[in-house]
Amino acid sequence: MQLVILLIALGAIAALGYFLARRKLLGGGTGDTAIRPHSMPGYHGWYVALWCALPSLVVLLFWLLFEGRILEALLVSHLGPEIAALPGEMLGLLLNDIRNLAAGDAVSRDADPALMAAAERYGAMRTTARAAMLGGGLALAVAGLAWSWRRVAPAFRARHRVERVVRGVLILASFVAVVTTVGIILSVLFESIRFFSIVSVGDFLFGLEWSPQTAIRTDQVGSSGAFGAVPLFTGTLLITLIAMLVALPVGLFSAIYMAEFASPNVRNAVKPVLEILAGVPTVVYGFFAALTVAPALRGFGDYLGLDVASESALAAGAVMGIMIIPFISSLSDDAIIAVPRSLREGSLAMGATRSETVVKVILPAALPGIVAACLLAISRAIGETMIVVMAAGLAAKLTANPLEAVTTVTAQMVTLLVGDQEFDSAKTLAAFALGLALFLATLALNVLALYIARKYREQYE
Amino acid sequence: MTGAGWQVSKHSARRLKKRYRRERWLKALGVLAITVALGVLVLLLGSVIARGYPAFVKTEIALEVNFKAELIDPGQPGGGRYGRIIRNALFAAFPDVRERAERRRLLKLISRGARFELRRMVESDPELVGTVKKVWLTASSDVDMLTKGSLPRDVPQDERRLSDRQLTWLDSLDAAENVRTRFNWQFFFGSDSREPELAGIGGALAGSFWTLAITLILAFPLGVGAAIYLQEFAPKNRLTDFIEVNINNLAAVPSIVFGLLGLAIFIQLFELPRSTAIVGGLTLMLMTLPTIIIATRAALAAVPPSIREAAHGVGASPLQVVTHHVLPLAMPGIMTGTIIGMARALGETAPLLMIGMVAFIVDIPAAPFDSATALPVQIFLWADSPERGFTEKMSAAIIVLLAFLIIMNALAVYLRRRFEIRW
Repeated sequence: MQLVILLIALGAIAALGYFLARRKLLGGGTGDTAIRPHSMPGYHGWYVALWCALPSLVVLLFWLLFEGRILEALLVSHLGPEIAALPGEMLGLLLNDIRNLAAGDAVSRDADPALMAAAERYGAMRTTARAAMLGGGLALAVAGLAWSWRRVAPAFRARHRVERVVRGVLILASFVAVVTTVGIILSVLFESIRFFSIVSVGDFLFGLEWSPQTAIRTDQVGSSGAFGAVPLFTGTLLITLIAMLVALPVGLFSAIYMAEFASPNVRNAVKPVLEILAGVPTVVYGFFAALTVAPALRGFGDYLGLDVASESALAAGAVMGIMIIPFISSLSDDAIIAVPRSLREGSLAMGATRSETVVKVILPAALPGIVAACLLAISRAIGETMIVVMAAGLAAKLTANPLEAVTTVTAQMVTLLVGDQEFDSAKTLAAFALGLALFLATLALNVLALYIARKYREQYE
Repeated sequence: MTGAGWQVSKHSARRLKKRYRRERWLKALGVLAITVALGVLVLLLGSVIARGYPAFVKTEIALEVNFKAELIDPGQPGGGRYGRIIRNALFAAFPDVRERAERRRLLKLISRGARFELRRMVESDPELVGTVKKVWLTASSDVDMLTKGSLPRDVPQDERRLSDRQLTWLDSLDAAENVRTRFNWQFFFGSDSREPELAGIGGALAGSFWTLAITLILAFPLGVGAAIYLQEFAPKNRLTDFIEVNINNLAAVPSIVFGLLGLAIFIQLFELPRSTAIVGGLTLMLMTLPTIIIATRAALAAVPPSIREAAHGVGASPLQVVTHHVLPLAMPGIMTGTIIGMARALGETAPLLMIGMVAFIVDIPAAPFDSATALPVQIFLWADSPERGFTEKMSAAIIVLLAFLIIMNALAVYLRRRFEIRW
């Protein structure tokens, strides 16, 4: 609530600063307009407005990031040394209860008077902190207004200052992408390292058995918690292979036809329709695979006398193949069109038919682009989640039979992390280790695809 | 051609025929491939629509309801015994049903949520207490699907959800014109429920709205800002190359990995509340950012240098060149890219599963900090439910999702066609 008030007030002060600065510069009755200002009045206005809002916002950001931690530290020091000496998890639970009590929610333990007192104190500290935030933020904004307003003068180079700030903001925006990458790597890496301190890397990468149910009691039977990821890798590869067997011929042949044979009208009509396939949400493909394709395949298998699992790799793979058709067809299309006209015409002039030109001249020339398209499609298939979660099974079986149920890396990540569980068990950490493997695999494929496309692209020009 | 004096040997003529046959083969394969792809698309959409359209109507049954004063306290209409009232009304309509098991089957014709409908009626109009009135109540999922023809009637009793007796009761109600189908507004405005006939996508739509609002508010300024810097101001050096490689790689990172990032950073590190739209929006923002940056850079690059030079020539500062001239001219392209990015974010499911937006939530979220699910996640949740009635709801939810996506993409295409300038 204070936050909203503060933001609105900051906006109002900034707007006020803008108009005050403009008025001051435009003379406002002081008769100082003889000198032509260096910057346009708007820039002076922006200069003051930025001084009103930016310092406050920066302080606010840090405040919000660290408020919780500081309040906790204060509370713990207030509760006394015996509480501070509690092990980390116990302390966390206690603090959680105090927070919930202060917010008026139900808690897991009996609210004894000491706890109530602590909660009350926490609530009071929070109120004080929020009031301080509001007051401090407003004071900072007003101070900024006063200080910068005094600097507004015809000779003041407001435009340069404002442009420097804007450029700084733009640079920060472009660093978000880098921060995201670093965030992905760090978050996945840290949790994976914790996982590998429980399960060795060798067991994870080469173990043949995957059953992530760790025992709650040590004497429990049948829940040893095996984390051998090989069945997941083979399952992922099997489904990807099936997907590519569907997508590659369909995508490639339609790309060839559209680039070399189709009339412009057909091309303009068919291409956007094909691209709809890429825009359909994956959860819809999952629905299609689970409710339409899988039962149909099962029925067909029964007819042939084959035993098809109701969650077969074939159904998931085939539907995934349909999903990646547009990737292959539009990227291959681009590669085919990028082949220089002279090659095409040279071949036709020698008396080759159009199909001979395609097969013997254009496809070899476009091959790097087509290979890159396939690599990107494979990377897309490996990382695809919803289709396999909905249509592939969960049993980690080491098999190459497409009619059986297999599971994949992404499907296991979802099953490990959906639902309530503590963050520190080997089970949840395993999801991050799988995420690391997935991230590295797709990264390698993407880099390889870019390298191939770039290295061989311009050799005909 | 032989008539024009050309002599073609038999051998060569045969080879030519073979070559032309190959030509036809390649063409035929191309046509076949396109037909397969389009056929699958039609099959996909067809199966969704065929399963989903019945969910847009729902079945209601009319009963003579006696709002007995002893069952409802007029001062406290919320505490009335409405289940009892419905039972009485049903038993009164079928006085010859006496046996306990049979009566229980009779109750199965009406939805378990019907009592809440009665409560709402009484709450809005306390005058009803003590009167008898004909009221239309939601039918149970089995009755609903049977009346709409989604469940077969003419199969042996064991293969049906409803028994022969139940069918006779239903037919007698129907004969007295006490069964009707109405447009299912509840599907659009209600939220999730354990009963298929009551479940709606209102809550999921609100969740998707808040999530996308956060995504748009954050991703649009950040993406456009980053693109402007990289395209217009950045010096060509190692650092900007590194940023560029980063952006291209992020665009190809699987979406589920962004979910892991959201879980580890936003929930564990920053301790934001789980399964809320704010975390979903932040996660999808990071995922959409590369799309917007790449599209914006392409739009900026398409503005010809002569515009920039002319602006510089009349004394504009670098920032003025961009904000006064380049950016307005690139805006249609930027909008197109943003809409396409938002459409992708709307259909995204996997990262939202990772950050826990996959709970059963009955309340419609009113703010970004409320627990929420999104439309695609709702579809996934219903796909997991064993009740058959949810298949229909799920397909209808897919139709709504696809309708939104089609509108967004059509808007993008329209913007591109309408405002695109060819230099």
